[in-house]
Amino acid sequence: MSADFLYGIEVVINGLMAGVLYALVALGFVLIFKASGIFNYAQGVMALFAALTLVGIMEGQVPFSHLINAIFGTDLHYFGWTVPALLAIAVTVVIMIFFAWAVQKFVFRHLVGQEPIILFMATIGLAFFLEGVGDLMWGSDIRTIGLGLPQGGSLWIEEATASLGGDDFYGFFLDKLDILATAVAAVLVAALVAFSQYTKQGRAMRAVADDHQAALSVGISLDFIWILVWSIAGFVALVAGVLWGVKSGVQFSLSLIALKALPVLMLGGFTSIPGAIVGGLIIGVGEKLFEYLVGPLVGGATENWFAYVLALIFLVFRPQGLFGEKIIERV
Amino acid sequence: MKDTVDSYVTADGRTIGGVMMEMRNITLRFGGVKAISDISFDIREGEIRAIIGPNGAGKSSMLNVISGFYHPQEGEVWFRGAKRPTMKPYQVAQQGIARTFQNIALFEGMTVLDNVMTGRLNKMKVGMFGQAIWKGAAEREEVENREAVERVIDFLEIQAIRKTPVGRLPYGLKKRVELARALAAEPKLLLLDEPMAGMNVEEKEDMSRFILDVNDEFGTTIALIEHDMGVVMDLSDRVVVMDYGRKIGDGTPDEVRNNQDVIDAYLGVSHD
Ligand SMILES: Nc1ncnc2c1ncn2[C@@H]1O[C@H](COP(=O)(O)OP(=O)(O)OP(=O)(O)O)[C@@H](O)[C@H]1O
Ligand SMILES: [Mg+2]
Repeated sequence: MSADFLYGIEVVINGLMAGVLYALVALGFVLIFKASGIFNYAQGVMALFAALTLVGIMEGQVPFSHLINAIFGTDLHYFGWTVPALLAIAVTVVIMIFFAWAVQKFVFRHLVGQEPIILFMATIGLAFFLEGVGDLMWGSDIRTIGLGLPQGGSLWIEEATASLGGDDFYGFFLDKLDILATAVAAVLVAALVAFSQYTKQGRAMRAVADDHQAALSVGISLDFIWILVWSIAGFVALVAGVLWGVKSGVQFSLSLIALKALPVLMLGGFTSIPGAIVGGLIIGVGEKLFEYLVGPLVGGATENWFAYVLALIFLVFRPQGLFGEKIIERV
Repeated sequence: MKDTVDSYVTADGRTIGGVMMEMRNITLRFGGVKAISDISFDIREGEIRAIIGPNGAGKSSMLNVISGFYHPQEGEVWFRGAKRPTMKPYQVAQQGIARTFQNIALFEGMTVLDNVMTGRLNKMKVGMFGQAIWKGAAEREEVENREAVERVIDFLEIQAIRKTPVGRLPYGLKKRVELARALAAEPKLLLLDEPMAGMNVEEKEDMSRFILDVNDEFGTTIALIEHDMGVVMDLSDRVVVMDYGRKIGDGTPDEVRNNQDVIDAYLGVSHD
């Protein structure tokens, strides 16, 4: 096999791995949107906040220390202990569930039946609010996550695949962290799908997504389901925040990465779980392949815009998304 | 007099028990509109209770009060001897009160089978984490629920459309699926809002038979709203008549039919 072809395959594999993460973040959007009609602009900031919280807890940072010091004239910064990763993750999950509960209780419960645009605006407000809370709680420094996850290229894969091509092929270069991230995201995606297909709460979730009135009549609490989907979105945000945070540090730009899910949603449809998965993979592979093949001709950096252009073209021909039913206007 | 005895046996041999549900002086307003004005009536264990009246009389509103979708400004709801606190619809459903809607509220994206299955959600005990850990119990429960659902599907003779997405069904069958979903919950009290609206004669006959059979075989108490007087007279043990949010009659079909207020309401106001 020619080296160019094999490097093409490497690009596709890398694209698939990025795509799984996009799919995961897109799922966070889809679950909330299906169940409540809310497009959650705050998803990205949730990822940032979750990652900040995890780092803060692990390092034994005193939350709100600036505020406390300013009020009481103390000089607190750290408790002086570190928390094991698993425990810190568990605590972070609990905090994200509390956040979900608070969002439902203090914001969206009061907006039931409002126009989608109003719900959307509320999530924009929520995003800024959460960003501020994150700053106040944990400070605004760039942080690194010390989870001890493997990083760097996998020599093993490189050597094992080197023999596939000729002398000018040195084997597939795959980042260990990417491989791990892909595995985690894939497991989570599978778990989410299984959850919504086979469990009582998953069924209830689908029922709420389909018809609120009917769901109420069979004894489903909308409040509970909404807290549940926000909790799941919080969990997804934590995982995405950690996986991206390990790579590029926990900083504000993390909250923008979630917007990568937007073209995925345009492609896959805002209400389709399979759409989010397939859409994520297409965007992931598409942008990497485009950068590999066309990038050099146009001066590179195509990954910044390719996904959006692809989604726009797609939108023109199939506005309902990959798996959505054809929209037929009734007159 | 039926109202003073605790239980009695009907002409067709069914036993009607004591009071199950009692509405006391219910008043419901929407802004300036009084949908229900100071209405009281009761529903007895095992009976088929009809609510009739011209369009806009407040019948659906009353059903919505019973099922917790609307909350009256005044009055009390008593269920099985206890005053009911203000409840959300899902809490009412969990008490064993199932319902159908005048405008049909089904899960359009799901199959008939999945729709009926949602009626069992309240019967499922094993929760989210139990299902992950305690596989045996979850599976046993799933099998039991499937069996119960299949019985309902057989009972209502909708086997042929089990796997059909509900969105594709004609109106009459949708009404039947909605009934199936309500029945799957094995309710103590079943509320039906115009179960036969928009049906042809044959479909109406089927639906009437199902309602009678449900009441007879499972002992389910039924409150139903219906415009077709023939159907009401055939099915119901007692009838409440409403007009402009007020109660203008209450009694057996014969009593109600000969009540002058009722006759006036029906002659004066158009209905379908
Ligand atoms: N959610 C609501 N908001 C405002 N007004 C309402 C609402 N529901 C019902 N109403 C009003 O209450 C009155 C009674 O309506 P309701 O639907 O209970 O009548 P109905 O007897 O069921 O009539 P129909 O036979 O047409 O179904 C009507 O004037 C109606 O407009
Ligand atoms: Mg009505």
